[in-house]
Amino acid sequence: MAEVNLRKVVKRYDDVEAVRGIDLDIADHEFVVLVGPSGCGKSTTLRMIAGLEDITDGDISIGGDVVNDVPPKDRDIAMVFQNYALYPHMTVAENMSFGLRLKHYPKAEIKSRVTEAARMLDITDLIDRKPKQLSGGQRQRVAMGRAIVRNPKVFLFDEPLSNLDAKLRVQMRIEIKKVHQKVRTTTVYVTHDQVEAMTLADRVVVMNKGKIEQIGTPNELYHKPATRFVAGFIGSPAMNFLPCRLEEVGGKLNLRLTDRFSFPLPPVRAAQYQSVPRSEKLLLGIRPEHLTEANGHAAPGVENFETVLDVTEPMGMETLVYFTLEGTQVCGRVDPNAGARDGAPLRLAVDLNNMHLLNEGTGAVL
Amino acid sequence: MSTLAIDKAGPTRKVKYGSMSRDRTWALRWSYFFLTIFAIFSLVPPIYMLITSLKSSAEISAATNPWWVFHPTLSNYVELLTSNQFLRFFWNSAMVSIFVVTLTMLISVPAAFALSRMKFWGSATLATGVFLTYLIPDSLLFLPLFKMFAVIGDWTGIQLINKWYVLLFLYPTLTVPFCTWIMIGYFASIPKELDEAAIIDGASWFQTLTRIFIPVALPGLIAATIFAFTVSWAQFLYPLVFTTSTDQLVMPVGIITTLIKGDVFNWGQIMTGALLGAAPPLLIYAFLMDYYIAGLTAGATKG
Repeated sequence: MAEVNLRKVVKRYDDVEAVRGIDLDIADHEFVVLVGPSGCGKSTTLRMIAGLEDITDGDISIGGDVVNDVPPKDRDIAMVFQNYALYPHMTVAENMSFGLRLKHYPKAEIKSRVTEAARMLDITDLIDRKPKQLSGGQRQRVAMGRAIVRNPKVFLFDEPLSNLDAKLRVQMRIEIKKVHQKVRTTTVYVTHDQVEAMTLADRVVVMNKGKIEQIGTPNELYHKPATRFVAGFIGSPAMNFLPCRLEEVGGKLNLRLTDRFSFPLPPVRAAQYQSVPRSEKLLLGIRPEHLTEANGHAAPGVENFETVLDVTEPMGMETLVYFTLEGTQVCGRVDPNAGARDGAPLRLAVDLNNMHLLNEGTGAVL
Repeated sequence: MSTLAIDKAGPTRKVKYGSMSRDRTWALRWSYFFLTIFAIFSLVPPIYMLITSLKSSAEISAATNPWWVFHPTLSNYVELLTSNQFLRFFWNSAMVSIFVVTLTMLISVPAAFALSRMKFWGSATLATGVFLTYLIPDSLLFLPLFKMFAVIGDWTGIQLINKWYVLLFLYPTLTVPFCTWIMIGYFASIPKELDEAAIIDGASWFQTLTRIFIPVALPGLIAATIFAFTVSWAQFLYPLVFTTSTDQLVMPVGIITTLIKGDVFNWGQIMTGALLGAAPPLLIYAFLMDYYIAGLTAGATKG
């Protein structure tokens, strides 16, 4: 087991820069998830750590040793691929032991490691089957088993759950977390699914256009996003962004959204945004769960307003409501008993204690 | 006019739920019709060969029904199978084919692996080049090749012309490009993650080839082997040009040159020899048919 460090790592394909100089320190035992939209460079970064792609510039070190020119087999890593990449002509046991057999481990050692991994992943009964006799979830377990038996310094996962159906994905997510709790191997995990990232990671690395947007724990990213991209990417349904500006009304700071809506900021927020120029074009970032039905009780920082709903989506435990504000679609989450109906008016409350204010031009969260 | 009529009839017409299966029925009828014609077309010659091989020379030249054997005899078979000369041809053919198949596989499998997986400068051009060489017919190549071996003989004193083993250098010019091409196609259908997984597992390129690619691509490999064998077994032009002494001949040429004396055709033995010569490829096809078909349709479906 080991830490992984990336220093100003660049990957250039001819004239396209896929990864544009990233710095990342992954601690020993840590589970780090690289997340971002397709083409953001997350898979390329993982493949560079694996040694499957050359590094154009910068340094990658595993366990303190720079591995830029070390071939994959000498990096002591194991990788799990999206399409499992099991050897079709080998049984589950042979698949799992292939790496050990290449390194001429003693037979007894191989057997005990395979048995142990199979037991951990609950695939003991499948050990003599061929991959084509297995379901998708079972194949992915075998692929993980193949990684575990090697007992490597680092696990690399490249979108391992993307080929599975939604239900199985949730189940395997928990399995992966359990396995990590047992073996504690440093793990780098790539996904485009922010829910997967949030649920699995000790720390999430949000990437966009070949650069790191933000690194943080799932809660940090959720509650304190650094940029508009992170704010919009993390969380489902996504955060609402509404054009707004600050104005002074009677010595107090107000948030003006439209001609109709202007809300006084709660004192803490007012103090926080005091220095923002009043003329600056801003965006109000507010998560759907902070737009709820008005319950009649006045709370500090919670402002009520009346709107007409466009569409409602009953989810069972909550109802998602969509309405339009100055041409922008806004999503809120209300109680299923709040009486939200398509095309009907509803009184909503916005919790400004949990608002975010962003610079519209730079996208930075203020 | 007719479309108008159909449109008018439209609303009252019953929907044809069975149209799919009706299409299929007709497709099947046509398939059977043409397949039967082709089966007859390609089976008549070997049947005629079999009939003729069971006749004595006297019966062959007699004005009886040529499609029937009135006095069946195995004398043609006995004569050929006890003739040292014929056994020599058979032996030469077997040696040439076995060596050529081995040589071809030893060259084309690693070549296909390198061309399809180890991206190096010019690999794509080289892959196309390999295929292009296959497009040059042997009837164009045999003269320059003959000249080449003559020159080599003059320079080095190693006379390869009129030795059966000269064919070991000649046949691969036909088999290697085609087999390489088949194998490139087959290897290309193996997902890239499979060799990446092997590399991370610690396999070298050679181990990836021998322990992953060859087993996974076995049907393709067998298809290529059968092809190489058929080509070397049936090749006529090169042995006709390069070998002349009776003890150096392979079967296709041997049968023609020794059983046709001037304008006397020993039809009974020619047919027997041809039938016996066709037996080994036939047996190989029969046993490996499933693999062969799997090899030919490789990449058509995944999984």
